[in-house]
Amino acid sequence: MSRYIATRAIRGANALVTEADVMLNKALAEKGADTPVSFPNTAYFLPTILGMTGKSIEKIGDLKSVMDYTRGLLHPVPAGRHWTPYLGETLDSGMATLLAAETIEALRFVYGLQPEPMPESFTLAGGTNYGGANGHGHLNGPIDDIQLRSWGIQLVDGRMPGFAAIVGCAKSNAVAVKIVRELQRRNILTFLSGNVNGRSIIHQLQEEGVELGYNTFTVPFGTDTISAIYALGFATRSALTFGGMKPGMSREILLYNKERVFAFVLALGEVDDLKYAAAAGAINFGFPVIADTVIPEILPTGVTTYEHVVSMPFDAIDGKDDLEKAERLVQKCIEIRGVKVKVSNVDVPVSYGSAFEGEVVRKTDLRVEFGGKHSRAYEFLHMAKLDEVTDGKIEVIGPDFSQIPAQGSMDLGIVIKVAGRQMQQDFEPVLERQVHYFVNGASGIQHVGQRDIAWIRISNAAADKGFSLESFGKILHARFHEDFGAIVDKVQVTIITEPTLHTEWLEKARAAYDFRNKRLADLTDDKVDEFYSCTLCQSFAPNHVCVVSPERLGLCGAYNWLDCKASFSINPTGPNQPIKLGKLVDFKKGYWQGTNEYAAMGSHGVVQEVSMYSIMENPMTACGCFECIVMLIPEANGVMIVSREDTAMTPAGMTFSTLAGIAGGGLQTPGVMGVGKFYLISPKFISSDGGFKRIVWMSSVLKTSMADEFKAVCAREGDPEFMDKIADASNATTVDELMAWLEAHNHPAMAMEPMF
Amino acid sequence: MPKKREIKEYSTDPAAQQMLIRAEELGIGTAFTRADNMVACNIGGAGMCCKQCGMGPCRLTKSGDVGVCGATIDTIQARNLTRAIAAGSAAHSDHGRDMAFLLKATAMGEAQGYSIRDVAKLRMVAGYYNIKVDGRKPEDVANELADLYISQFGQQRGEIVPAIRAPKKRQQIWREQNVWPRGVDREVVEALHRTHIGDDQDPAHILNHAIRTAISDGWGGSMIATDISDILFGTPAPILGQANLGVIKEDMVNIVVHGHEPSMSEMLVAASQDPEIIAYAKAAGANGIQLSGICCTANEILMRQGIPAAGNFLHQELAILTGAVEAMVVDVQCIMQALVGLAQNFHTAIITTSPKVKIKGATHIEFDEHHALTIAKQILRVAIDNFKNRDNNKTRIPQIKEDLIPGFSHEYINYMLGGSYRASFRPLNDAIMTGRIRGVAAIVGCNNPRSSQDYLHNVVVKELLKQDVLVVQTGCGAISSAKLGLMLGEAGLSEVGNGLREICETVGIPPVLHMGSCVDNTRILTVLSQMVEDGGLGDDIDQVPAVGLAPEWMSEKALAIAAYVVASGGYVIFGGSSPVSGMERVNDSSDVLHYLSEGWEKLYGGKLEFIPDPAEMIRKTLEHIDKKRAALGLPEYDPNKFGKSGDAKMNELEALPLAQRREAIYGLAAD
Repeated sequence: MSRYIATRAIRGANALVTEADVMLNKALAEKGADTPVSFPNTAYFLPTILGMTGKSIEKIGDLKSVMDYTRGLLHPVPAGRHWTPYLGETLDSGMATLLAAETIEALRFVYGLQPEPMPESFTLAGGTNYGGANGHGHLNGPIDDIQLRSWGIQLVDGRMPGFAAIVGCAKSNAVAVKIVRELQRRNILTFLSGNVNGRSIIHQLQEEGVELGYNTFTVPFGTDTISAIYALGFATRSALTFGGMKPGMSREILLYNKERVFAFVLALGEVDDLKYAAAAGAINFGFPVIADTVIPEILPTGVTTYEHVVSMPFDAIDGKDDLEKAERLVQKCIEIRGVKVKVSNVDVPVSYGSAFEGEVVRKTDLRVEFGGKHSRAYEFLHMAKLDEVTDGKIEVIGPDFSQIPAQGSMDLGIVIKVAGRQMQQDFEPVLERQVHYFVNGASGIQHVGQRDIAWIRISNAAADKGFSLESFGKILHARFHEDFGAIVDKVQVTIITEPTLHTEWLEKARAAYDFRNKRLADLTDDKVDEFYSCTLCQSFAPNHVCVVSPERLGLCGAYNWLDCKASFSINPTGPNQPIKLGKLVDFKKGYWQGTNEYAAMGSHGVVQEVSMYSIMENPMTACGCFECIVMLIPEANGVMIVSREDTAMTPAGMTFSTLAGIAGGGLQTPGVMGVGKFYLISPKFISSDGGFKRIVWMSSVLKTSMADEFKAVCAREGDPEFMDKIADASNATTVDELMAWLEAHNHPAMAMEPMF
Repeated sequence: MPKKREIKEYSTDPAAQQMLIRAEELGIGTAFTRADNMVACNIGGAGMCCKQCGMGPCRLTKSGDVGVCGATIDTIQARNLTRAIAAGSAAHSDHGRDMAFLLKATAMGEAQGYSIRDVAKLRMVAGYYNIKVDGRKPEDVANELADLYISQFGQQRGEIVPAIRAPKKRQQIWREQNVWPRGVDREVVEALHRTHIGDDQDPAHILNHAIRTAISDGWGGSMIATDISDILFGTPAPILGQANLGVIKEDMVNIVVHGHEPSMSEMLVAASQDPEIIAYAKAAGANGIQLSGICCTANEILMRQGIPAAGNFLHQELAILTGAVEAMVVDVQCIMQALVGLAQNFHTAIITTSPKVKIKGATHIEFDEHHALTIAKQILRVAIDNFKNRDNNKTRIPQIKEDLIPGFSHEYINYMLGGSYRASFRPLNDAIMTGRIRGVAAIVGCNNPRSSQDYLHNVVVKELLKQDVLVVQTGCGAISSAKLGLMLGEAGLSEVGNGLREICETVGIPPVLHMGSCVDNTRILTVLSQMVEDGGLGDDIDQVPAVGLAPEWMSEKALAIAAYVVASGGYVIFGGSSPVSGMERVNDSSDVLHYLSEGWEKLYGGKLEFIPDPAEMIRKTLEHIDKKRAALGLPEYDPNKFGKSGDAKMNELEALPLAQRREAIYGLAAD
């Protein structure tokens, strides 16, 4: 800090705490102490308050003790002369600001003022679920636990290197768009809040038609500075969810963020007292502050890893125009936080980065589509000998889409031929699955599905910029080299629209798909002599280890055994290491000498043994990014499966968010386990405890989305109608209702041997 | 009494100079003139006089001389130095013992007016020794801690416990060298025994015991004293205070407290705020009571209560020369016997209070912690009653004083670098590692009338600040910088190099941190240990780019401090003369001097050297800091590398007219 910053931050803190006090007293008088307060879909109550003070706030009355505590953190502003030190005092006042801001937002929820209303035309591209008119006519407000967890894997594996909390308003709309695009290009999650004289970067981006929401990594919190608290609530929950920190472990939570969460604050436009105060709060988390106006700089380090406060007056930035200046500004932010960013240099005429992966191309914006209802598209990757592949050769065989009318469709085949000394046939499906992510990274392109059910859309905007069929080839060539250079030496891409050839290759592809399916079906745990570890999450959840076997994929759903094998070939010292199984200890429960030894070592002694196939005895731990939770329902002698997307109440009396708090953090809790959803259909799914037939309840979203897969499992288990015996939220939300349902449907679990 | 130096050579402090002129007018001698007239004994000064037994005193003045018993020069020097260190350790540690008894009495509810003010510190200290704190009353915890601390003095075997707070590697060195003290008293007694006629006669062996005795001070008695003072009177935190003779008030009853222990002075502070006492003072015709301090008593109440400091050691006589002091209340250590005779020229009452210290001719009102408040009020009444005897024609108060911000306990330093949530030494370590701060100098110790008062302190401090060295101070050295205004945030902007300026501005600190009294040098040991623990500056204190200096030392306590800092791995530079200087013409008289440097450095990584020239002190300090930086692989210090951050530009722009200001700060909006 400097005395100038300390003065303004402490003044801002005092003002906001007073405001929170006034609001709290008003709410106590008007709504009463027993009125509930909460943020949507989170198990962490008011997360910053929970993390910093350990208090679980459930009612307005609970906030009184928070405000008493918060006032104790305030200090007088430094004297004009002969001042006493102010750094510690400013950081404390900053924390007071955060606690007061969260109190204010919680009370605003009570008054229906959050999420912040917007005109009805405003639509979020993915956001927190509020029920009702969801996603329209309001900003996002806080990020819910579902999204936090689903971003988890990307945050931990470095695909999403950090987050930027932007507060204020850019110099112009064009600059606002450029800043956000530059961040998206680097896959940095961007949180938007604040305004300057009533005008917010949210307004600027909205006017320019930039899609805002979860899907584009750009989340609009609110148009005031107070809403920036949601960024710090997100940071606090990261530590609680992935880091295994407990509520009230404030110092550990803050240091976790300093060491592991690469975030920074970018203040655009005038910095007022409140922004200084909130920035002081963010610095407690180790997040540096960069402003595009003149503010005093604090370059010494310590509370943050690099500089604390940096000023880059926009007009003084070296650059030929405002756009170049904006680009430099973002570069500087990244440098100051030490964010490790990998930028793909893909030679296509549109922006490229995984922040664009979630972009949707709507019918009205559609230039042309391949696959879907009216045409057929497929993608097929196969390996060949080195001399059979011409690296970089991209061939389009057949007509391009210039003759197709607007919003029309055509057939498309993408055939990728790769060669490499380390390439194996087993890696073909691993690489082929990447086509989805690679193609989706282009702005204005949407990719859904895989194999012969691929469905690709090109938007008008992308087509206008010159995106062509050849562009697909350029993307694939560049990305395969970049991400899989260790196993792929040459990549050749053929794009086929010519009907005869299209059919010919489709047949070849389908033959290969069949072959691979059989290979996968044959690939069982007893046929291999090594599993793989996955410690990708250890940057976030330091004591958690996944053991990935052919029949049990990683709990995040992103890594199966073949992926791990490929990853090990690419990076032999990386997060996926082979685990030699060694002596078999117990095949039913799934104990091997090698897996046990690895579990003890990989978890740094936290876990001593791990069972591959049991939920009741030494179940595998979880970081926080699992797709589903499996939980014992003792009365039912079975388990329920709750999906991450399910926000409703479960028969266990807890929602997914609350359950996740028990399942995550790298600890073994018998009876609770986080898993990947494809593990549910594995023959080894809790096979030691009775397997698939133990499932008594399941989130309906899972039932629907995996209907075909479950049908096959039911046939395998010899009870084709079994799915109908599994309850869901439409018929049971309490244990009593569940029991009645199971009795009525004669569920097999009732007659199975006791689970414990 | 005739003087041999000009007044401006006696002291660099203008307030002191005014008083010395006054003394001359009145024909009164002071320590300054006495120093001129008392030629130091050159044989004793060289450490070559042995008066350990009735066969001597033996004066060894030629190469190869031995005493009647055959003791060689190096043996005699080692014995003399060890005895001085033992005496210094005894003084500090006895202070610590009294504090431990006071804590015990307070815990038992037997100490009138005392209470446990800093429960957090009590819990933290108890935590070091696994004393159970949860669910217990503070008094119970304090009682157990007091018993543990009291036992450290009389313990006969084992290891004294506070030393476990040193870095692990340091503890290992102490065990290897067999110098971990067994008990405080035992080491002092053994020092006296070993240096008796016909005992330990191997200089290196004698000096190793000096180290052990000194550790029992720094990591024993002194550390106990600091801990308990904080528990009973509060851990210091920054507070606005004042220093120099100008704090004495014409219209008030002036009471100057002088000495070292906070137990009595804190009670005088409490009593002086009693409405009844204030009314009593007003009834006597004064506007109230002005308490001020001299020497380390001043530091104790300055850093905790903001009570002004009238000055450092050499100000004790000068305060009385103002003619406006009703009473000077003293306890222990550094109290000149000359005060009584000097006071007879004025109305000032010299009141001794310690059962250990009486001075012929002084009023003795013995302090007893069981009736502390009552006695404190009695003392104040004596002073107030004396107000009517003040001769206004004789009062000359220099209107010179300076503000300062003292109170940098290691706990506060930890807090100030990160607040309640992120408190750590990381920013300080980072600053040293990057080179914004080149290193740290602890500049401590006394005044000595044989050099110009404050001159050496000030020259060294001012130059080191310009070289981006962060300065921490205790004792009389601290007051000398305070009088110069170096303990203000403003000095952190104007009196320092670019890098240090950035740190001062970031944290809001003065460039010179006042860390307490001389017994509080243990706070510096704690800071160094915590810096090591935080990482990046090696794994032991001897690797930290830091130097300890006592440019104007004079007391035996200073020698004890020097020895325990060496034992902790520090390089210590003393100004003035060495008590074991030897003589140039005597070949075998420099062995001990060399051993204190090279010999000790080999064993402990720290060393003690005596360097009279301030320019040389500065050069050696920087050389040592740069050497340690290089050993740690830190970037070479570059004075021009830093200094970009701070408020200066902002303040400039804020002064512009509104329209220009907006444009300059926020730029031109495009839409």
